[in-house]
Amino acid sequence: MIHPGLFFVQHIMGDSQYSFSLTTFSPSGKLVQIEHALTAVGSGQTSLGIKAANGVVIATEKKLPSILVDETSVQKIQLLTPNIGVVYSGMGPDFRVLVRKSRKQAEQYHRLYKEPIPVTQLVREIAAVMQEFTQSGGVRPFGVSLLVAGFDDKGPQLYQVDPSGSYFSWKASAMGKNVSNAKTFLEKRYTDDMELDDAVHTSILTLKEGFEGQISSKNIEIGIIGTDKKFRVLTPAEIDDYLAEVE
Amino acid sequence: MSIFEYNGSALIAMVGKNCFAIASDRRLGVQLQTIATDFQRIYKVHDRLFLGLSGLATDAQTLYQRLVFRHKLYQLREERDMKPETFASLVSAILYEKRFGPYFCQPVIAGLGDEDKPFICTMDSIGAKELAKDFVVAGTASESLYGACESMFRPDMEPEDLFETISQALLSSVDRDCLSGWGGHVYVVTPTEVKERILKGRMD
Repeated sequence: MIHPGLFFVQHIMGDSQYSFSLTTFSPSGKLVQIEHALTAVGSGQTSLGIKAANGVVIATEKKLPSILVDETSVQKIQLLTPNIGVVYSGMGPDFRVLVRKSRKQAEQYHRLYKEPIPVTQLVREIAAVMQEFTQSGGVRPFGVSLLVAGFDDKGPQLYQVDPSGSYFSWKASAMGKNVSNAKTFLEKRYTDDMELDDAVHTSILTLKEGFEGQISSKNIEIGIIGTDKKFRVLTPAEIDDYLAEVE
Repeated sequence: MSIFEYNGSALIAMVGKNCFAIASDRRLGVQLQTIATDFQRIYKVHDRLFLGLSGLATDAQTLYQRLVFRHKLYQLREERDMKPETFASLVSAILYEKRFGPYFCQPVIAGLGDEDKPFICTMDSIGAKELAKDFVVAGTASESLYGACESMFRPDMEPEDLFETISQALLSSVDRDCLSGWGGHVYVVTPTEVKERILKGRMD
């Protein structure tokens, strides 16, 4: 007698698409679900970050589905610790999960060593979580890429973390829609001796490049951290000031 | 008799000018019977950080092994040595993990931090930190050590002076305690070097 379970297994193996099981390599050596996650990021709203000589800036589009949405209720840039901020491209709900986990990690580190977590350490922890979600059962990879901006003993730092769990340190980077255009723009504009204020200007100009419609303090978000090691999200009024300077 | 006094011990750390010293006795006993006279109670964590563990010797050794383990993992992960303050917090956390079945040890931590600033501290067996600017003591001879240190200590001593002071304080105190003594072990740590010396005292 054939065991009923065998039928089931053969049935699945029969129309194998490799794209359903997260942990199965396709014959070409790819994990297709991770590629899909990257696609989700690539079609998300543009985010970018620039590391200046004396600080870091991260910025993002904040396009809302309807003009009826109260824009003050949407915060795409979040603080992980007083000296580390983060922004995402991709799926908003997935981002919140990562923010919650990251804050917990940062707090645990602080509880153990009575010292704020270094940016590299927090980034590694976040990346470890994202990697775990590419190899565990019953879960899917995160549909987000993150830009983590922080300032610690090692100076200003900017990291990007991808759904696969790989992470890179950048002088300037962009992700989401129009990545390639934004990156080309940043490559042209970036200099090593850039000050934080210049970096904010450059980030606005970069966002403006690929922006559909009129850019305003209500449809972008900017977060900065300088030598005071306090990350903060700029208020709409402050963004308006920068926008006036850019024009 | 308290389990903290089973093996006997005397520990001090003192701060000098851009340097510190940490010293202990060398006796390991079982109550009044002496088992060894070359016992190590002070451990080097890294070149600028030392840890002394008074109290029950078996727990001291286990605790030391756990701390070395944690410090090595930290070094690999963060690619740097631990600051003394950070290490003290780690020791405190590890001790408090065993709040209701503690290691019967009272640690003394001494190290040089950023810009060669000396740091000393002690804590009880469940990790309550006690920071000090001048000196800290621990062990069965702690009462006599307090007296000796309070009368001998002067702020901002140079390394040679510090060695003399800490040695005199140790030797005079262990003579007033039956459970510690049999010479001493002194480390004087400056930003550039570590001087280790063995002292002979009343060897009885």
